[in-house]
Amino acid sequence: MTDVGEVITRVHREEWARVVATLARRFGDLDIAEEMAAEAFATAVERWPVDGVPPSPGAWLTTTAHRKAIDRLRREGRREEKHREALMLFDTPEPLGAIDDDRLRLVFTCCHPALAMEARIALTLRIVGGLTVPEIARAFLVEETAMGRRITRAKAKIKAAKIPYGVPFREDLPARVTGVLAVLYLIFNEGYLASDPEKESVRSDLTAEAIRLTRLVRAMMPADGEVAGLLALMLLTEARRAARVSASGELVALGEQDRGAWDRELIAEGHALVRARLAAGQAPGRYQILAAINAVHTDARDVRDTDWSQVVALYDQLVHLDPSPIVRLNRAIAVAELDGPQVALAEVDDLPLEGYHAYHATRADLLRRLGRSQESRTAYDQAIGLAGNTAETAYLIRRRDQLTRP
Amino acid sequence: MAQYLISVLFDTTEFATAEEMAAIDAFNEQLKADGHWVFAGGLASPSTATVVDGRDGEPVFTDGPYLESKEHIAGFWIIEAPHLDVALRLAALGSKNCNRRVELRPFLGE
Repeated sequence: MTDVGEVITRVHREEWARVVATLARRFGDLDIAEEMAAEAFATAVERWPVDGVPPSPGAWLTTTAHRKAIDRLRREGRREEKHREALMLFDTPEPLGAIDDDRLRLVFTCCHPALAMEARIALTLRIVGGLTVPEIARAFLVEETAMGRRITRAKAKIKAAKIPYGVPFREDLPARVTGVLAVLYLIFNEGYLASDPEKESVRSDLTAEAIRLTRLVRAMMPADGEVAGLLALMLLTEARRAARVSASGELVALGEQDRGAWDRELIAEGHALVRARLAAGQAPGRYQILAAINAVHTDARDVRDTDWSQVVALYDQLVHLDPSPIVRLNRAIAVAELDGPQVALAEVDDLPLEGYHAYHATRADLLRRLGRSQESRTAYDQAIGLAGNTAETAYLIRRRDQLTRP
Repeated sequence: MAQYLISVLFDTTEFATAEEMAAIDAFNEQLKADGHWVFAGGLASPSTATVVDGRDGEPVFTDGPYLESKEHIAGFWIIEAPHLDVALRLAALGSKNCNRRVELRPFLGE
């Protein structure tokens, strides 16, 4: 007999969102859906080692959770009321055919723009991702009780303000999808470059979860270019994870990474997604452009083989879509490789990013390359003062200390 | 159906212009035609308010608003909508038509 514990873990990963989503639709209540799904999995943990794994674990879990929900509502005398509410909340005026999936409804509910961003992230990880409250609290270094309150408050708002469990109106859809992708990207980034000095520098559990959720959204919206772009961006970033932090816990810059340690399988998958988007011939959004930039980087076997003119051209496209200072800072980093540090520095100096560590780190590097050690040291000091990630701080300190003394 | 309060927020005591009033009237007609209308009204300036405390015995009247704040409620709509997405959409239209920010808040359900 295979290890039932492993089977339950796998089924949890694969079926959690579907069980919660089905219950949310039937009962119109996220609390009941979440609690009864959790109880159904707890029952599986008790019963499956004794009775064996049922032939269709997902159906077994949904049926078990459904029965538990009915029992509870009957005990509380609320069955009719919940049934009415469910019918009302699921009265989506414009059903959207192929993407009208219960789990997608759940994603849209958890990422609703009327909720604060941190609530959206926590809810998505709990309700769609199936992470426990202690797991989410750990990932964001928040007290368990505080994280529990955050999730409870968000669920209370969903209920009181009647945030629907539904696919958005057609004309709201692009903005709402962008909102969902922003949540997924923030989860990924928190895992990839943890912002807190007390935390591990890379949290692979969060990056893996973000990729898994993005795959789920992509399965439901296969035609959306930005969903594909975000998945490709995550895969091509994740592919470099092993090479990104040294054995001594220091950040390794892209140009200095051991490219042999990159994950070729993830790169191949990411490149295939980028190629498919190019072939689609539609104007790319920001995630597709960022993915394409990462595809150029991961295409070069050696940093010297990087096609910097291509990178700068892609950043030009991105600046066109989003002329924010951070995008222009990243463009300037590529410009330094193409036109030299002097040109790049002139572009960087004008940017209003005094409070952003990467701004000072970029200036420090450009000044170092121009032989302006004193100014470079000052910029490194400013970057070190602002950086939160431990691996990044270690990297900046080493670079600063390598500067030639004046 | 749920009911929501759309409060109009504003930071001076200037009233709506004729143009804004015309846009608000047109929006109100639309709310009625679509079955969302419950009630709406504009409020006189906060300095005309009286705080009343009638909890024990003789009521106490205090001149002026309960809260002195930079922004105040200049008017409101009460609307009916099946869920928040519809209410948000109506609130956005209300904000556009009266040319001010609004706050959307659900009434307590039954």
